Amino acid sequence: MNKPIAQFINVGERTNVAGSARFKKLIFEGDYEAAVEVARHQVEGGAQIVDVNMDDAMLDAEDAMVKFLNRIAAEPDIARVPVMIDSSKWSVIEAGLKCVQGKAVVNSISLKEGEGPFIQQARRIMRYGAAVVVMAFDTDGQADSVERKFEICKRSYDILVNNVGFPPEDIIFDPNIFAVATGIEEHNNYGVDFIEATRLIKTHLPHAKVSGGVSNVSFSFRGNNPVREAMHSVFLYHAIRAGMDMGIVNAGQLTVYSDIPEDLKERVEDVILNRRDDATERLLDIADEYRGQGGKKKVEDLSWREQPVQKRMEHALVKGIADYIEEDAEEARQQFDRPIQVIEGPLMDGMNVVGDLFGAGEMFLPQVVKSARVMKQAVNYLQPYIEAEKEEGAAAKGKIIMATVKGDVHDIGKNIVGVVLQCNNYEVIDMGVMVPWSDILQAANDHGADMIGLSGLITPSLDEMVTVAAEMKRADFTVPLLIGGATTSRVHTAVKIAPEYSGPVVHVLDASRAVGVASTLLSDDLKDNFVAETKAAYEDIRQKRLAKPKSDRLASLATARGNAADVSFDSYTPVKPQFLGTKTFESYPLEDLIDRIDWTPFFRTWELAGTYPAILQDDIVGESARSLFDDAQAMLKQIVSEKWLTAKAVIGFWPAARHGDDVQLFNDEKRQKNYEKVHFLRQQVQKREGRSNDCLADFIAHKNGPEDYLGGFVVTAGHGIEEHVARFKAAHDDYNEILLKALADRLAEAFAERMHERVRTEFWGFVQNEALDNTDLIKERYQGIRPAPGYPACPDHSEKVKLFEMLDATESIGVSLTDSFAMLPTAAVSGYYFAHPEARYFGIGKIGKDQLEDYANRRGVDLKTAERWLRPNLAD
Amino acid sequence: MATTNRSDVVDLLNACAEKRILIMDGAMGTMIQREKLQEANYRGERFKDWHKDLKGNNDLLVLTKPSVIEKVHNDFLAAGADIIETDTFNATRVSMADYDMQDYAYEMNVEGAKLARRIADEWTAKTPDKPRFVAGAIGPMNQSLSVSPDVDNPGFRSVTFDQVMASYKEQVEGLIEGGVDIILIETIFDTLNAKAAIFATEEVFEERGFRLPVFMSCTITDMSGRNLSGQTIEAFWHSVQHVKPFAVGLNCAFGAELLRPHAVTIAAVADTRICVYPNAGLPNEMGEYDETPEVTAGLLKGWAEEGILNIVGGCCGTTPEHIAAIAEAVADSKPREIPTIEPVMRLSGIDPVQIATLTPAE
Repeated sequence: MNKPIAQFINVGERTNVAGSARFKKLIFEGDYEAAVEVARHQVEGGAQIVDVNMDDAMLDAEDAMVKFLNRIAAEPDIARVPVMIDSSKWSVIEAGLKCVQGKAVVNSISLKEGEGPFIQQARRIMRYGAAVVVMAFDTDGQADSVERKFEICKRSYDILVNNVGFPPEDIIFDPNIFAVATGIEEHNNYGVDFIEATRLIKTHLPHAKVSGGVSNVSFSFRGNNPVREAMHSVFLYHAIRAGMDMGIVNAGQLTVYSDIPEDLKERVEDVILNRRDDATERLLDIADEYRGQGGKKKVEDLSWREQPVQKRMEHALVKGIADYIEEDAEEARQQFDRPIQVIEGPLMDGMNVVGDLFGAGEMFLPQVVKSARVMKQAVNYLQPYIEAEKEEGAAAKGKIIMATVKGDVHDIGKNIVGVVLQCNNYEVIDMGVMVPWSDILQAANDHGADMIGLSGLITPSLDEMVTVAAEMKRADFTVPLLIGGATTSRVHTAVKIAPEYSGPVVHVLDASRAVGVASTLLSDDLKDNFVAETKAAYEDIRQKRLAKPKSDRLASLATARGNAADVSFDSYTPVKPQFLGTKTFESYPLEDLIDRIDWTPFFRTWELAGTYPAILQDDIVGESARSLFDDAQAMLKQIVSEKWLTAKAVIGFWPAARHGDDVQLFNDEKRQKNYEKVHFLRQQVQKREGRSNDCLADFIAHKNGPEDYLGGFVVTAGHGIEEHVARFKAAHDDYNEILLKALADRLAEAFAERMHERVRTEFWGFVQNEALDNTDLIKERYQGIRPAPGYPACPDHSEKVKLFEMLDATESIGVSLTDSFAMLPTAAVSGYYFAHPEARYFGIGKIGKDQLEDYANRRGVDLKTAERWLRPNLAD
Repeated sequence: MATTNRSDVVDLLNACAEKRILIMDGAMGTMIQREKLQEANYRGERFKDWHKDLKGNNDLLVLTKPSVIEKVHNDFLAAGADIIETDTFNATRVSMADYDMQDYAYEMNVEGAKLARRIADEWTAKTPDKPRFVAGAIGPMNQSLSVSPDVDNPGFRSVTFDQVMASYKEQVEGLIEGGVDIILIETIFDTLNAKAAIFATEEVFEERGFRLPVFMSCTITDMSGRNLSGQTIEAFWHSVQHVKPFAVGLNCAFGAELLRPHAVTIAAVADTRICVYPNAGLPNEMGEYDETPEVTAGLLKGWAEEGILNIVGGCCGTTPEHIAAIAEAVADSKPREIPTIEPVMRLSGIDPVQIATLTPAE
């Protein structure tokens, strides 16, 4: 729940054509993009409400108000705060109220045209759901004396609360701030009148608030900003003590009350509080001495550079600033006896601060990886000095072997965990990707590792991890085994991996948990307890699995086939693709893919939770997400303009006919020469009445039905990445390395989406006009699907081999498969194209032994091989 | 002829809501889906030559195939619902433009309301100690007032506040004409659309000279806890509290499990009744809801015991079995007591802001 703000509220005034010459110019020129930036700066500068005013004789204020409010509604970092719709014209106010979804504030209404219009406007404001500013104004004019100010406000209050039913807490009075020190004697008490009226309103009109336009008070000192700022501060100091709740103040035009020079403060106070007859003259006497001291230009804050070197290094690490780190490392090296002490001392202290902030949820992964980059650069700088002294390396907290298992090439997650561990002073021996178990065990022995961490992304890697565990047991290992990666889970670890190894086995959910787990496992006090608890928890999971009724109510394969979806070809005639066979795209323009990027998974890679674009404004991770997104955009520009990556694709279409759960492809249009047969699986979980047991083959017509087709594709955006990865590695820049890999993955996904779009409308052409934006695409609001082998609808990764042969993907676009059927380059996507309007994504779920046997038979392999391929889908 | 002034309903509804947690019905859309209606069923005799496809125009069924809707109402009432929703979710001039059926929107509301009214009254006659209420369902519309449909032009809007307001006004008039007890503004994706609906409702109340209870139900559409136009549930509450709703709450998008934190939030801040009707979990890969009645009811039972519910029912994927299970699960729990909330200024953008009043220092 949000807490009420119990302090003075500063209403921003820069989006006011009367208050800002720049804003006025932008609105007159119709440059709403730049005008939006003015609002953004205000909110970033801390404005809790944004006042929007378009009142100018030369402007269509209604139109400008609507355009501007609609425009800022699309900017979550501006739209998060309420709007104050500011106009002296009712029609402008009402036009504005029709644009805001939030509860806004109307500024303003008053009794100046009598009670009738006042009541009518108040009723409508209530109906739109807004709060209101009421000016101390009646048919006799604006109130200037304290008595008239209070009298008009009280009358307005009584009408609103008792007659209209307006909630008193939604009423703000503006009892008029007028200029003082004008040389006209009657004006001298205007400051006091406002302050005292405020006090009366706040004591006699329950729940009502007081606001005002503060800069009016200093109007006679135009051109002398230091004096004006002092006047604003002094005025606010006293008005707030009288109960003033909010005001329109340019925050840049305010000095701190206690910072005002005594001499100036006293004379300003005399003027504001009307304490002496000659107050104005006395202020004028010294005003010129202060002129021209304002307008200090804001420059990059480098004050941290003035601190001692230890503090500077800590600052650089926490903020991820690498610019000065070598210079600082050198200075520190000269202060210490031995270079290693720089690492053990200030650098490790700084990284401990980073670790603590990360642990407390005050820093997020992208920032931590930037910190690591600074650390690595410092260590790299010191390394030659350390080696010259033939010193031992700094004592790490522990040594950890990390590897992506054999057959798998995905390493973004593993690299992130590695960086986080290194940040926390663990020595990480990163063995890279596709590492056979024998190498892992060998390295663990050679380095005397304290623990081993395995990572993998694709489902066959789960099996490989079981193998590593079993081999560790055979080799009498006892060190802890950590398991992580996208397809791994606590349940799989408990049920399949842990029983194979006698030492501790722990599933680590994400990078943020890695340090906690590692430090616990290396702690004499905590280890035994933790190991025992984890063991017990995993045993519990195993028992629960055993106790669960077997086979999730599976139907027999025959029954499941009998309950296939009744996919109709009556109202849908398959369209013949524009070509048959394959088509290769050698170097697809990357520019064409950028709009298609789905950013949400990008943030997930960095363990930032939330949906794009809302995540950029998230209270907790928003700042971190924005900074990461800026870096990503900058790198994306370079990737495109400097051609870091080359996107290639191959697509193909073949005449096809359903044959049971398989799809038979043909070499010729007459469908006489059989080509490859593609094998699919069918859902076997017992379905409720009216729900079918699905298989992808169901969406293809039988041979005796209409002539149908199946498509296939492989796309990649990963060619050329190695050179740049190597460059970042050499520069000890994990941050940019991970960033590049994550972006290449996103580009490959975007490419798959874009190619699918072109296939639908162009190459296969079963949809003629399709006008979908990126959100529609991400939500898959289109006809046809592109399921990928290894994913829920067709979970067997090994079918990729055939798909790759059909497309000649390795030869034509240089994408190959590993032993476990992972694609290389990693930034690649493959799959089938189905055109039927009823085609949909689904998950196969568990299958029974009958289907396993049937599938092995269809594929022509022995049962063991089929079992290995389909293990994640086999019922226990 | 249904009596159109049912403003006495507030007292009756109040009395019932004080005694126990009231039960709303379940999903209309997914129940209709089950019937596997074809194009011809939607067209009926009356629109057999209509120039556009009508399959999927569920609100049209109150004119062309009322027996289906009647069955849904009967099934939910038999399951124990106190409040049933009219089949009028999309029956506005703006939304009906998809089918070129703008001119039938008013009639759909009148007939949809009459149909639900008749069935509810039949059940009330059978069990007079359990009066049944009809809520006129007002959906979010297919056009948004806060979000531009054109990514390249974020300031663009495909529809104006006045158009949306007029369209909703016609709907509210139809619903009241047909005899609803409650105005239910639901599945609120875009709070500005909802504010236009409130404005329309207030106009009709003023013109007719009586008020009906209003329910406001927001739909959180993403995991960060915001609706489509970006508001948090608390910001939403600040935006709609001026209609002084009889109940405010959440429906759709998520199942009970994921809705819970938002329900807890709104229950803590709203000084009115809380109404929640979640989906039967999240849809599976096939777009089907497979959370069982036991699971849904089990989750909601927990909420009832925590004391955060006044009115509860189901949205997408919930069946009469779900509603029966929910009714049974919350039968013994006391309705949430309406808290007294301190009167401070509550504003909002897409985030909520509360501003306390400063007291004079001396």
